[in-house]
Amino acid sequence: MKRIYLATFAILAVLLAGAVLLPGQRTEITGTISSGEKPTIAVADMHGSGAAEQYMDTFNKTLWDELAYSGQIKLAPKTSYPLQLPQQASDFKPPVMFSDWTRPPVSANYLAFGYTAVQDDQILLFGNFYNVGQPTTQTAQVIANRYYGALSNDGAKKVAREFAADILKQLGIATLSGTKIYFVSDRTGNTEIWSMDYDGSNQRQLTNYKTSSREPAVSADGKLFAFRTLTSGPSWKIRIHTTDTIRNQNFFNPVSSLISAPEFTPDGKHILFSETVDNWPQLMMADIDGGGLHRISNVKAIETSPRVNPKTGSDLLFISGRSGHQQLWRMNLDGTDKEMLTSNVGDVANPAWSPDGHHIAFCWTRGYEPGNFNIFVMDIADKVPVQLTSNSGRNENPWWAPDGVHLVFSSMRGRVTQLYSMLADGTSVRQLTTQGNNLQPVWAKGIE
Amino acid sequence: MRMNMRTLSAAVFTATLFIAAAGCKKKVAAAPPPPPVVVTPPPAPPPPKPQPPRIDTFVAEPASVERGQSSTLRWSVANATNMSIDQGVGAVQANGTRQVHLNNSTTYTLTASGAGGMDTRSVTVTVNAPPPPPPPPPAPPKVTISSTELLTREAQDVYFDYDMSDLRADAVRAATANADLLKRIFAQDSGFTVLIEGNCDERGSAEYNLGLGDRRATSLKDFYVMQGLPADRIKTISYGKEKPVCTDANEACYQKNRHDHMAPGQ
Repeated sequence: MKRIYLATFAILAVLLAGAVLLPGQRTEITGTISSGEKPTIAVADMHGSGAAEQYMDTFNKTLWDELAYSGQIKLAPKTSYPLQLPQQASDFKPPVMFSDWTRPPVSANYLAFGYTAVQDDQILLFGNFYNVGQPTTQTAQVIANRYYGALSNDGAKKVAREFAADILKQLGIATLSGTKIYFVSDRTGNTEIWSMDYDGSNQRQLTNYKTSSREPAVSADGKLFAFRTLTSGPSWKIRIHTTDTIRNQNFFNPVSSLISAPEFTPDGKHILFSETVDNWPQLMMADIDGGGLHRISNVKAIETSPRVNPKTGSDLLFISGRSGHQQLWRMNLDGTDKEMLTSNVGDVANPAWSPDGHHIAFCWTRGYEPGNFNIFVMDIADKVPVQLTSNSGRNENPWWAPDGVHLVFSSMRGRVTQLYSMLADGTSVRQLTTQGNNLQPVWAKGIE
Repeated sequence: MRMNMRTLSAAVFTATLFIAAAGCKKKVAAAPPPPPVVVTPPPAPPPPKPQPPRIDTFVAEPASVERGQSSTLRWSVANATNMSIDQGVGAVQANGTRQVHLNNSTTYTLTASGAGGMDTRSVTVTVNAPPPPPPPPPAPPKVTISSTELLTREAQDVYFDYDMSDLRADAVRAATANADLLKRIFAQDSGFTVLIEGNCDERGSAEYNLGLGDRRATSLKDFYVMQGLPADRIKTISYGKEKPVCTDANEACYQKNRHDHMAPGQ
């Protein structure tokens, strides 16, 4: 068992080697992750009776990974645990009770424990989650639930995930379960829009225009997605589809040599995009059907990637070449109060807001050759950029998860580009895709 | 075993047939006696018979002529008293020649008769149709390469500096040559339109490069329009960095990708 966890840590360490945080900057930026005390949780390895036992390695690993991936708890290392692990409430006896778990070296606030058995050809988990700071099993009990799944590794993963989701929910930690990542993939030979679950499962092709479809954007309610697609002419057009049945909504495209980079306003009533007007790609805004078109930037420079503040709905980030290099700018939706957020060195691209509107993520070549982008985050209040990736290929397209704690991004390592997720402090890097090239992810909440 | 039985009965049957056939031969009747010899005197010799007519020669020279030309019939006959050739030639001597003019192929028959009988022989003179007039010399092949071919073969890519969309000196030279080419093509092909594809190297971001490729295509189009070409026959599209001609990570390759390409419009 110990070997499995050592291996797990080794793999994580290798992944993290590509996402090194600059020392001393951690607490500045990752407020929600680093500030305050994270609860410490001990997770006792569980066993299964009879045929259930063979799936318990999978179960224990999945439960640990899911809790670790939340990024908002501290997991007490298993090597520090007592030799005798509890399986049910009656295993705790006075006068010891929970003191093995609360005292060093474990020093846990909570303990997850239980066991599995086979019932009606299913795997049945008796999952317990105790607040070990309490004196009795009655007062300590936070969760004592049964979870059912198929008698297989997949079933074991399912019950582990459900148990982990319940634990995180009890601790008030947002879960990513049900969220969707929309992205661009060329794995079929055509560049199309795809979606997948937060962990890379359930990958599904959404468009099938067989030309080139890119730059997905998703409405705040998760019901619509817009994208740029190559139509006959040839010319680029914006299309809007529903996310459920993938119906094409009518969007009236203005006549221009270039229309790209669609973005919904938080109320879902308007679309922003980049359109070439008077020979320069400029920021435009229109109603969701393309009516009411008006220009929100007017400068002899390339402007693109409008991203509206999800909290205020009244200011936006965008990329502009008006300073001579493509840099990150912010302004109000009416075009006032323009400010450059980056230092006019290198190239900047792909701005994204955290859901609470306090942080932004983007990619920047600062300190590197042109084209060598890395992921940066910034607290919009102090505007100090913090670099999250380095020496791990070309990293672009950061996007915040709905939990405000995770990021998804694309990374070209070698000649292929894949999607990864990580915590917003650069740790817990996970690869989500493997087939073809995958890029331009947008992490949206699921449809309720 | 059964096969052996069958083979055996077949052999027996064949042998039976053979013996039966041999038996038949033996039953042929005995030869009749020879006829008696009768001695009679030889008959008197008959009077000498007249020689039958004989056509030794009947030829046409030449046997094949052009329409309206003549051929000579030549013949030689023995032991005949009357000789004639049909097709309007009429009675002839035993040896002779006759020139005939022909418009169509004709078969002449010589008939020779006398006390000894009759002989005939035919000869055909073939009239060849005159050769058809020579075909008119073929029109010199029209050297029209299609406009698409001409554009593909002669239009030059126009190259740009990093993050720039204005035409540098070598780009102006290429663009000027392209403008002359487009004038020729547009003049010969009134329906032809051209598409300028703007491209970028892989280093900028996809979104910004799409805008930059649009700038590059538009800047070349503006140049063409200034050269007097019609704006409505020149379309543009940006492929940003999404349609690279080269994928190496070095400046030589980046330069190849920072270009406008000319393609036939749709």
